[in-house]
Amino acid sequence: MTTQGPAWVYTEKVKEHFIHPKNVLQDDEVFDEDARGVVGNIKCGDEMILLIKVDKEKGTVSDIRWKTYGCASAIASTSILSELAKGMKLDSAYGLTSKDIERELGGLPEHKIHCSVLGDKALRAAIDDYYARQGMFDKVKQQKAHIICQCVGVTDEEIENAVLEGARTYAELQEHTKIGTVCGQCKPKTLELLEEYKTKHFSDSIRK
Amino acid sequence: MAERKVYMDHNATTPLHPEVKKTLLQAMEAYGNPSSMHSFGREAKALVENAREMIASFIGAKPEELIFVGSGSEANNTVLNTISCPSHGCECPVNRKREIITTKIEHPCVLETAACLAQKGEEVKYIGVDKYGKIDLDQLEHAISDATAVVSVMAANNEVGTIQDMKRISEIVHQKGALFHTDAVQLVGKLPMNVDDLKIDYLSFSGHKIYGPKGVGALYVKKGVPFCPFIRGGHQERGMRAGTENTLGIIGLGKAVEMRKIEMKAEHDRLLGLKNLLRAGIEKRIPDVSFNGHPIDSLPGTLNASFMGAEGEAILLYLDLAGIAVSTGSACASGSLDPSHVLLAIGLEAEQAHGSIRMSMGRDNTREDIDYVVDNLLETISRVRKMSSAYMHK
Repeated sequence: MTTQGPAWVYTEKVKEHFIHPKNVLQDDEVFDEDARGVVGNIKCGDEMILLIKVDKEKGTVSDIRWKTYGCASAIASTSILSELAKGMKLDSAYGLTSKDIERELGGLPEHKIHCSVLGDKALRAAIDDYYARQGMFDKVKQQKAHIICQCVGVTDEEIENAVLEGARTYAELQEHTKIGTVCGQCKPKTLELLEEYKTKHFSDSIRK
Repeated sequence: MAERKVYMDHNATTPLHPEVKKTLLQAMEAYGNPSSMHSFGREAKALVENAREMIASFIGAKPEELIFVGSGSEANNTVLNTISCPSHGCECPVNRKREIITTKIEHPCVLETAACLAQKGEEVKYIGVDKYGKIDLDQLEHAISDATAVVSVMAANNEVGTIQDMKRISEIVHQKGALFHTDAVQLVGKLPMNVDDLKIDYLSFSGHKIYGPKGVGALYVKKGVPFCPFIRGGHQERGMRAGTENTLGIIGLGKAVEMRKIEMKAEHDRLLGLKNLLRAGIEKRIPDVSFNGHPIDSLPGTLNASFMGAEGEAILLYLDLAGIAVSTGSACASGSLDPSHVLLAIGLEAEQAHGSIRMSMGRDNTREDIDYVVDNLLETISRVRKMSSAYMHK
């Protein structure tokens, strides 16, 4: 038989970035970063460090380098994000999501998106780090938000937003945010916050 | 396209032996139903029974103690469900003991069946293993009680290759009055196995791990031990497994076993030599690597290695681009969220398990393959580590 299987397990775009990843920090490279973001957890199989340089006059991300301990889609998604974010205004870069990355890659299997697409979170962490280093603490969003789920990188702010968008149970919260879908250690804290936000925003309607 | 193809995933499945292929082509003509009384049926029946005799003699069983099934997984499911069937209102003449003891490194078809039975109220205990994957015999001895019906221990582990001390386990189990089941899917056809010498009560194995067809397996059930059919509704296999026989699969399995009889010993020594070369090549050229499994009591062609700071799925897919087929214990490749339960059970940290690669060799692998794999592993590991945030300090 000469039948060939599908050309690859993921999309061609993922393959391209997996084979030729862009903006990886080289061992002998001196990259004077203005800020850095570190996210993920090696125990869950994915960890990422992302360094950025900022053009202070234009307020843009001028250059990016990264390293990751992760699978093919972690490598490809970080590579494509580093290309996407380069040259972007800090505020726009901050708004990049895993959905944007997935779209650029031409799709990823569901189970891959929330454990391997960490680049957007690393970028937000780096931008927050930049503002903190500049003393612009009013701009730091992460300071208000705390990461509750280390594996997927979900913050208390995201939990609150999910509750506002209609999540009422742990399962619904997981549907919205994928929180606790890796190691699950954050479940007790998440349940506590879920109750807190439900009470905060909806205690009236619950009583009715 | 890679210039060369090297298949090193024989524990997942094997290619058909050329002799099995020939036999299968001939067997396609024998399309009769073995249950039919006419000449077509009688011919098919004779071929099935020839295969049964061949396989039975290979493992030291009587032909009537062998049941053909659809897979190793079906064989394992059948045994565990036999033990628990009285709980579900079944009135077949099995003994009244219900407790199942198994290990933490079994194949999912045993672990998930056991977990399912536990949910239905059965008692299930799990025996741990040491850092080489050998089960804790003291723990086993203490765990078995008067309530224990069966102890199910895999003969050789699919991921790390560790072979258990079957004779000792069988003694302990029988001294305590329980029955002994072994999932021998990875062992039969690679090392000698005699159910009579080892006093095994149930043994499962499969065709496609020994150069036979997929979709066929065999279950040895010692004469007189409890048995309850898993698939009902027919007189086939003496009423022990309903469904028209997979004649093609059974004939192919018989031929595969016949070839194992001839080739097993020489292939064992050759594969062991290749494994030693592979291991030495990796150790010599790639830093920060550790090997998993027992250094001696191990399947001849199986080598499992953990590469520090390199994630398994990335390694697997870069090797695939070079035409090399291996497998990994990393969660990222399986679609599950946890790394291999076997590697965690032998005490590996999650990150070591995520960075593990299993190379399992077979009859087509050569010395040239070893060189090609070591060269490509070296390139791949350094490529992954250069990108790795977990290898930056090096």
